[in-house]
Amino acid sequence: MSNDFCTDLGQCRTKQFMTLLGIGGVVVLAGLYAFFTLEHHGHVLTGMNNQIVWGLPHVFAVFLIVAASGALNVASIGSVFGKPMYKARAPLSGMLALAMLVGGLAILVLDLGRPDRLVVAMTYYNFKSIFAWNMIFYNGFFAIVGLYLLTLMDRRLKLWSKPVGFIAFLWRLSLTTATGSIFGFIVARSGYNSALMAPMFIIMSFAYGLAIFMVVQSSMYRWNGLRLDENVRRRMKNLLAVFVGASLYFTIVFHLTNLYFAKQWDYERFILLDGGMYTFLFWVVQVFLGGIVPIILLFVPRSKDTEAMCFCFLAPSLVILGGLAQMYVTIIGGQAFPMNMFPGHQVSSSFYDGVVGTYAPTVWEWMLGLGGVGIAFVATVVAVRMFKFMPQDDFTELQMRRSTD
Amino acid sequence: MARLANWLRLAVLAGAAALMAAPSLEAVAGADLPKLERGKAEKCVEDTQFMRRNHMDLLKHHRDETLRQGIRTTKHSLKKCVECHASEKTGSVAASKDDFCASCHSYAAVKLDCWDCHATKPGKKPVQQAGQPATSPLMASTPMEGKQ
Amino acid sequence: MSEPIKQDTPAADGERRTFLKAGAAVAGAVVAPGVLLYGVSQARPPEEGASSKQRWGLLIDTTKCGGGCHTCVDACNAENGLDGKTGPQDPQWIRKVDIKDLRTGYVQSLPMMCQHCEHPPCVDVCPTGASMKRADGIVLVDRHICIGCRYCMMACPYKARSFVHEPLTDQNPEVPRGKGCVESCTLCVQRVDRDEQPACVEACTAEGHQAMIFGDLKDPQSAISQALKSVDSVEVRADLGLNTGVRYQGI
Ligand code: SF4
Repeated sequence: MSNDFCTDLGQCRTKQFMTLLGIGGVVVLAGLYAFFTLEHHGHVLTGMNNQIVWGLPHVFAVFLIVAASGALNVASIGSVFGKPMYKARAPLSGMLALAMLVGGLAILVLDLGRPDRLVVAMTYYNFKSIFAWNMIFYNGFFAIVGLYLLTLMDRRLKLWSKPVGFIAFLWRLSLTTATGSIFGFIVARSGYNSALMAPMFIIMSFAYGLAIFMVVQSSMYRWNGLRLDENVRRRMKNLLAVFVGASLYFTIVFHLTNLYFAKQWDYERFILLDGGMYTFLFWVVQVFLGGIVPIILLFVPRSKDTEAMCFCFLAPSLVILGGLAQMYVTIIGGQAFPMNMFPGHQVSSSFYDGVVGTYAPTVWEWMLGLGGVGIAFVATVVAVRMFKFMPQDDFTELQMRRSTD
Repeated sequence: MARLANWLRLAVLAGAAALMAAPSLEAVAGADLPKLERGKAEKCVEDTQFMRRNHMDLLKHHRDETLRQGIRTTKHSLKKCVECHASEKTGSVAASKDDFCASCHSYAAVKLDCWDCHATKPGKKPVQQAGQPATSPLMASTPMEGKQ
Repeated sequence: MSEPIKQDTPAADGERRTFLKAGAAVAGAVVAPGVLLYGVSQARPPEEGASSKQRWGLLIDTTKCGGGCHTCVDACNAENGLDGKTGPQDPQWIRKVDIKDLRTGYVQSLPMMCQHCEHPPCVDVCPTGASMKRADGIVLVDRHICIGCRYCMMACPYKARSFVHEPLTDQNPEVPRGKGCVESCTLCVQRVDRDEQPACVEACTAEGHQAMIFGDLKDPQSAISQALKSVDSVEVRADLGLNTGVRYQGI
């Protein structure tokens, strides 16, 4: 709790800090209110139904969880691969990972039909279920990343940071694999059953996690009236461009391999051509706004000032937006597309067989989903305020440029 | 009402017998105990004291056996509890605060999870409703549109 | 789902249909329908659990299933206390699916419900073990430990499961159901355990359609085993290799 910047307790900018906390708090409270309302009235109040069983809350939840494991990547590059620039950012990265995982898991739990049975979820395990494994991975993630943070922040434990960091790195890979497999293992649905699901989730987690990291980092620097070092900026921007490029590449491969199997054609047609909302979200938001535009932004040379803007805030923000769209298309689009029980037949029933499922999220789902984001936000704001998470590599140099505050 | 008095006396006795530790009613015997509707129950399948303390375990055990293994003995089945203990007034074990389950549980402030799913009233014809293929009166109307 | 089946069913069918119709008329009037087709096995005592010596199954003959007929659906709703609404959020345990061959235009109608797989995907994915298969092959949800995550609904290839979106009251004492849990066809386990047939089968038989046969797949003498031996039947989504307990003939 010890630097001269506005990261220590109650020293400076308390008003702004309180405002941020207030905003976050209101969002969290709204989420909790939505939870209690749904708990009382049941899921009738949501747009979810027996066709689209996972809705907007899951979009936010899975995005946060995936991004959480990706955010840890910055630390891994530092500790495991020994890059000092990233090492300086490891604590922030680990903290962000924990905050987002808490937010994501909170949504998942609060959206359960029987959230009061959380104890059951924690005590009865079906080890054949990838979902149960995910719970184990999530809990382990807290423990390991928590330990890792400790080794990073306590001088006496410094020695341990490398091995623990390595375990954390492996653990996060397994975690994202498991998260991707939640979908990949669903043999029943055309949109999901693919071995590519897990690796694709890993690559995407890199991009989303780094994007969020960069947004938070730029905000912190600006908050303190600092400017991120040129070098750091350049390297992170390149890394983000690589990750976003790789995500795009995986997206293409995923759909191309699907096109290779004739039985998947209908699904591909649906997502790529005539899925309405889903097609729009896929092409316009996920691919164009969340992929192509950020890459261009990251590479088009700009004058020094705008550069700062594009590199560290706008481009990653777009990546985050694209990521949410990707989750929406994957999770909800994959369910909306009707299951093909009778190939070669036209199917109809009172249970909406053979028709594209309709889903319109209600305000409760938005509140619940954003509430999880709010939890991650509040946790981040508080942690940044209370502890030393500001990347410290370039302080000496930066201190001189520090604006009056 | 003799039964109630009897029951109270038992409770007091038990309380005196220093069963204070057990989280049961005896601990506060003498205070206003819940007035419960016992329904038409004459005699329980187990001793009352035993039941008071162990009914939850019996039920939990029985629920797993019935659901998971298909063992359908009736001695400790929730359905049978309801059949005997449904109040003569409300026909239910948990509709009003005096009903058999509700009274004690609200007194002891132990939330009940059973009645979200299980019927609190005995069925009309407990076993023999199977015969004819019933067309539900609810089905007479045309299928409803979705509610949203 | 192949051509030959369609070709040979009508002939074989005509015979059986007249035979069964006559049978049904008699049986429906005289014997309790529960006993029909099924009399051989004895009721097991209540303290004896479901046993893996049996596997309950259904054979559904789509050629006998009537296009506009909803008898099985109504019977199921009445037995299990469903209100029969069909909005997107309303549970449906059994539904009539109308299918039309896109090449030939051949139209069929069939009941679709939980297929009681030998290797049920819902059981595999359920995090708590609430989705389970009884020794006798009936797939159930243990509502006592279901947390309502709905992963099983994602995993089911037959869309057989429903989530209860609203609080319920006045349930059938034998069929507990409630808000926040997932549910599906239980093969009328409460009836099977007292040696009766599922409500849908009984109703279909009583209507004279005879489109469903219920019985023990492991008993070579049972009506269903006999029928399966003599007709070509298929699993829906046989490509998944789930070995369903419910099989269809005529598609
Ligand atoms: S909804 Fe219930 S039964 Fe289905 S997977 Fe989740 S816990 Fe298991």
